[in-house]
Amino acid sequence: MTESLDIARQTLLAPAGMDDAALEQAFDRLLAPSVDAADLYFQCTRSESWALEDGMIKQGSHSIDQGVGVRAISGEKTGFAYSDDIVLPALLEASGAARAIARSGQSRSLQAWQRGRGLKLYPPLDPVESLTDQEKVDLLRRVDAEARRADPRVEQVFVNLSGSHDVVLIADGEGRLNADVRPLVRLNVRVQVEHKGRRESGSAGAGGRHAYSRFLDGDRALDLAREAVRQALVNLEADEAPAGTMPVVLGAGWPGILLHEAIGHGLEGDFNRKGSSAFAGRLGDRVASEYCTVVDDGTLADRRGSLSLDDEGEPTQCTTLIENGILKGYMQDRMNARLMGVAATGNGRRQSYAHLPMPRMTNTYMLAGPHDPEEIVRSVDRGLYAVNFGGGQVDITSGKFVFSASEAYLIENGKVTRPVKGATLIGNGPDVLTRVSMVGTDMELDSGIGTCGKDGQLVPVGVGQPTLKIDALTVGGTRG
Amino acid sequence: MNEVVGLSNGSLLADEQSLIRIGQQVLEEARRQGATAAEASVSVGTGLSVSVRRGEVDTLEHERDRSLAVVVYMGQRTGAASSADFSPESLRATVAAACSIARYTSEDPARGLADPSLLATEFPDLDLYHPWALSADEAIDLALAAEAAARDADPRISDCDSATVSSGEGLRVYLNSHGFVGSRRGTRHGLSCVAIARDHAGMQRDYWFSVARSADELEAPEEVGRRAGERAAGRLGSRRLGTRHVPVLYTPMMARGVIGQFLGAISGNNLYRKSSFLLDRLGDQVFPSHVQMQEHPHRPRGLASAAFDDEGVATRDWTVVEDGRLQTYLLDSYAARRLGRQSTGHAGGVHNLELQSGDQDFNQLLQTMGSGLVVTELMGQGGNLVTGDYSRGAAGFWVENGEMAYPVEEITVAGNLKDMFAGLQAVGADRDQRGSIITGSLLFESMTVAGE
Repeated sequence: MTESLDIARQTLLAPAGMDDAALEQAFDRLLAPSVDAADLYFQCTRSESWALEDGMIKQGSHSIDQGVGVRAISGEKTGFAYSDDIVLPALLEASGAARAIARSGQSRSLQAWQRGRGLKLYPPLDPVESLTDQEKVDLLRRVDAEARRADPRVEQVFVNLSGSHDVVLIADGEGRLNADVRPLVRLNVRVQVEHKGRRESGSAGAGGRHAYSRFLDGDRALDLAREAVRQALVNLEADEAPAGTMPVVLGAGWPGILLHEAIGHGLEGDFNRKGSSAFAGRLGDRVASEYCTVVDDGTLADRRGSLSLDDEGEPTQCTTLIENGILKGYMQDRMNARLMGVAATGNGRRQSYAHLPMPRMTNTYMLAGPHDPEEIVRSVDRGLYAVNFGGGQVDITSGKFVFSASEAYLIENGKVTRPVKGATLIGNGPDVLTRVSMVGTDMELDSGIGTCGKDGQLVPVGVGQPTLKIDALTVGGTRG
Repeated sequence: MNEVVGLSNGSLLADEQSLIRIGQQVLEEARRQGATAAEASVSVGTGLSVSVRRGEVDTLEHERDRSLAVVVYMGQRTGAASSADFSPESLRATVAAACSIARYTSEDPARGLADPSLLATEFPDLDLYHPWALSADEAIDLALAAEAAARDADPRISDCDSATVSSGEGLRVYLNSHGFVGSRRGTRHGLSCVAIARDHAGMQRDYWFSVARSADELEAPEEVGRRAGERAAGRLGSRRLGTRHVPVLYTPMMARGVIGQFLGAISGNNLYRKSSFLLDRLGDQVFPSHVQMQEHPHRPRGLASAAFDDEGVATRDWTVVEDGRLQTYLLDSYAARRLGRQSTGHAGGVHNLELQSGDQDFNQLLQTMGSGLVVTELMGQGGNLVTGDYSRGAAGFWVENGEMAYPVEEITVAGNLKDMFAGLQAVGADRDQRGSIITGSLLFESMTVAGE
């Protein structure tokens, strides 16, 4: 942590000649008598992306975004202002604006600074510097060549490589000073295939909080190219998807987006404090079958959804959401934890300094169960086997959620038979997991491609699950 | 809490020259670092947003953004970079980052600035700048009025998730090394409310919003709150439907998304990649002959009005669909060159695309439909533009004999966009002006509804 703190001071405060005394000046302005909590969030994010298309390195871009967000909380009220200029006058002005939420009066002053504690889940490296630009474009070209080599029906190949280096410094009104240096990379491949005038696409991606060099390990990058082509070719053979309610078997890994949408958002602390979630007031209730244990775990090394500490300076943890089918806990940031009288869980996250923190997921997954994955498929007479997905969405108040299959097959008499076109699956969060009758032994996390949106704020997340069977779920195909 | 956030009329204007100077410095620096051509955009924005809940302030947010973006060309190679720091050192570093990238991108004959002959030379006043001298206290009062109206709309409204008032203004200048300099200045104000209704069976939420360039064009907060409350209460008692093939009526808010899919399918970037189900259909009958679609980029006070697109190309009126036939693609310079055509001024999207309404209002469309589904909410991703396959989660109302019978939820609607467009029976007179796409309700002949 000390290393991160040194990097953060150097990157964020030193250029403006600011030190701890400057932060104290800001808190002098922020800490009105009725202010329960306040924080300053300094951030500098450097990011780049490279795109290959038509066998050409078509585009590259580089960006630097920096600023400071200032927040004051009084009861349930939040005042917030930010500046993209990290200099003392702007910081003080933002502090005055954020404090406007509170009643006026003599300010309190800050206690002595204390260093925060945090995990160390990834190295404080800058991915942008982890390969030379030449090595990056060579990597894109190799992925392109592999996809084109894989099948003559490949018509278009799009490869994207992106990386960011995010340095944050969080100071709060309790005198806690925390910092984190967060690398994040991603490699994505999309291919379009054409056969007799019919066109379909497939995609694959991977990423995490590490250097680009991980993509060079073994055949990892080329595997993504082959996987994207495989999916596109499957879709070339796909028939119309069925319409109606039927047993659905979800594959391991990325289909865990089910958990993110069906229960994850509904268990975020803000919605439960406000009583607007379909899960509000249901701690201790049965919301899933006995085979289901679901956690949100921000502490996994290198994962896309992981954080050594959250955006309020709280160390992340592994929070049990559902244990053997019983609802056990919510995900909290500090404000909602305080208002609900429970402990924060390290889920306070924000897109950037220009956004307010909220309770957000990290890596949300279901633990392995007792069933053999093949036995799960064999148990279905007629249903859908869905192994790859696009995105999803949930209405946390009614509990209704969707997620969209991008690779799916019919199961007929216990066997996976024909591929079917992508279709949206829709269900009801509070009861869908009660119909999970089999859970596989093959727990898998996704490959590091998830991005979650809430109130217009995007944050990287992870999901995972074993193969599982839902006895009845509505499949939005066209053949009914 | 009495500070005034909407800046007075002159303050951003005064900034225009300084933003242009920064842009000119960027272009000059790009030339100095070896770029053969370059383009720069510099923007600033400020805003205030206030949300209330249960009669109290929930959040009060002050926004202040700025950004500088540059694209450089080294012959037919390109690189891009951006920063929020306008200092001379940052400006040099940003240009250097773009130039460094341009050394690694490929020679691409289609790459480059827009054709100089297409750049805008006239800059009509589109009446887009109407600052609102809104104090935080006034904003709070408006939001409270919306929240109270939502609660009063129906006894089953148990809560409001939020009622929000926002006001913002922005200035963006765009310059390129053909000598183009253009600026866009505008305001945008909004009022919204999310209401929650509750009965023995559970909770439902719904929302309403109003957005305009000028505060005097916003709906009254009481109206916004009332509609949010009525919509949320109207969803209580939602049932599911059995799987069926039926006519489907999309309300204007939902219709906008489907038209957005159509625009995606005729946009140059999908066409040159052959990633569109409307490939090579120019001049063809894509919709029935009653469908007319036009774009009016210079509409005064329009939410998407602009005199030039993101590359400086002059915008103009277009007939996109006439008598159901596709009249033009939507092209930026790059896609245009890839397709052997000229830019249509659509870098960055459409500017006030309007579907001509038929003469039936919403209730008459229900009569025309007879029995079928009204869609008031869609969930999940839209269609697949490569194939036209479309499947989304939905909620709305089941209609029998031209009357709304009961609310429905946890169903999907599916079809192929090509067939949906060809089977577009009517465009309603109930036009919704709140976006870059302006349309009434859309009645589709038949879609698959999946449910229990």
